[in-house]
Amino acid sequence: MNQVNVIKTIQENRTKKNIFAQKIFFGITIFPVILTLIVAIALFFRAFPILSEYQLSDLLFGEVWRPNQGLFGFRPFILGTIWVTTVGVILAVPACLLVSIYLAEYAHARTRSIAKPILDLLAAIPPVVYGVWGLLSIVPFVDDVLAPLAEGRLDSVPLLSVTQPTGFGILAGGIVLAVMIAPLIISVTFEVLSTVPNDLRHASLGVGATQWQTIRNVVIPQTLPGIIAAIVLGASRALGETIAVLMVVGNVPNIPTSIFDTAYPLPALIANNYGEMMSIPLYDAALLGAALVLLVVILIFNILSTLVLQRMLRRK
Amino acid sequence: MDAHIQVKNLNAYYGKQLALKNINIEIPKNQITVIMGPSGCGKTTLLKTFNRFFELTENTQLTGEVLVDGENIYNKDVDVTEVRKVVGLLAQRPSPLPMSIYDNVAYGMRIHHLRKNREEYKTGVKHYLEIAGLWDEVCKRLSEPATSLSIGQQQRLCLARGLAVEPEIILGDEPTSALDPISSQNIESRLLELKKQYTTVIVTHTLRQAKRLADYVIFMYLGELIEAGPAKEVFSNPKHERTKQYLEGLF
Repeated sequence: MNQVNVIKTIQENRTKKNIFAQKIFFGITIFPVILTLIVAIALFFRAFPILSEYQLSDLLFGEVWRPNQGLFGFRPFILGTIWVTTVGVILAVPACLLVSIYLAEYAHARTRSIAKPILDLLAAIPPVVYGVWGLLSIVPFVDDVLAPLAEGRLDSVPLLSVTQPTGFGILAGGIVLAVMIAPLIISVTFEVLSTVPNDLRHASLGVGATQWQTIRNVVIPQTLPGIIAAIVLGASRALGETIAVLMVVGNVPNIPTSIFDTAYPLPALIANNYGEMMSIPLYDAALLGAALVLLVVILIFNILSTLVLQRMLRRK
Repeated sequence: MDAHIQVKNLNAYYGKQLALKNINIEIPKNQITVIMGPSGCGKTTLLKTFNRFFELTENTQLTGEVLVDGENIYNKDVDVTEVRKVVGLLAQRPSPLPMSIYDNVAYGMRIHHLRKNREEYKTGVKHYLEIAGLWDEVCKRLSEPATSLSIGQQQRLCLARGLAVEPEIILGDEPTSALDPISSQNIESRLLELKKQYTTVIVTHTLRQAKRLADYVIFMYLGELIEAGPAKEVFSNPKHERTKQYLEGLF
């Protein structure tokens, strides 16, 4: 074989490898996409019996859940999910932002190198441990400290009045959730803040701005879309959290009116009941319908937040 | 000589490594002082001690004094933001703040509450953009993001932003090294215009730029100050062998 042919073979070979790699990677990428679709479609088919039997609006807005009487109202569960998640996010976000701003902007390298791994470790604690902690500490804390504090003072305040005498409920669930999603929000926000080049900070410090003025006027405006993405990530995690919430939220299918009410979020409903009392007609389909509703709620939430983010990025 | 900045027994450390060795120097008022020397000689480090930017790098240490207008800026009761208001910095790469052209210039004035109302801010922004030689190019697009400007324009915007807080001293850390020749020339002529009102200290590694700008020259080598003096003397008749070699382009 002469020189030219050898070179030609080598070139053909590497082109082949390149095309092969491209195809393999495409296949691997498309797999999770297909999987998501399969899950959604399978849920739809398994929930189809109840979807064909009842009006969609009756299912979504129905307030009563009595499977043995054929009443399948998802409303308490949808609202329960939204309530617990909202309380969790509201409690978590301000503290998380302060922590990540402190770590990224103020803290010494040594403080950071100690605090960051510990915070990341919080994310490694299994949800069931959070649940036990909630049961043993947070529920009594709500019952013995927060509820007595609110009683008499916040009775006329909507959403904050004490409505039932146990510590179980949305507030306990929200507190547990807040602690659970905090490491995620902190670490993503920290990474986002770290992307701001030091030149930019120095430009502000150089004209005599304080560190706080620099953070408020330069660092935060520059990273706001990323910070919002971090919060969305935390909220998505909260929406689907099951076991820890289930252990402290009370699991009563009522329509919540206050953070002291009990609630029954969708994931708890499915986890508590699937596999039991399956002789009740349509019960299986109803629970999988609940799973489908949860999927749709999370999907809608993610789509909305993506739209908000895109809008912000376009304005920049 | 009327000294604006006096450096006394200054030692600077990155970790355990000594970056500035016992520097003593006086920087003349309302002149352009050029600090030159090969890379790694400590010239940027010295410059950064003048506006207390040196301490922004973690794990650094400083001993000695830097006096601006006779006051040691490293005294415990000195407000670092006041130091940086008096001693402005033009960085190596222009870094416009993530806001409009107008807000970039108004930024420092707002932070120090230098103006009373909208009108005064408007006049102020216009004034400093004119000084920086940028007004004619941007007067119709003040609300556009500053990042939409060319690199050369951005550097003049940074100059305007720095001047807007009414400093007495301008530091330039190789302020033209990221720019094209025409933009560099533009910045240089601004600095020459401004030297009547401001004490200017420039770090550069281009000898030709040093010769064009300098009234006073500081030559450094390996963290030590080798020679300092009026530009004419140092360039025509360097006293030290190292300076001579550097000026001849031997290293």
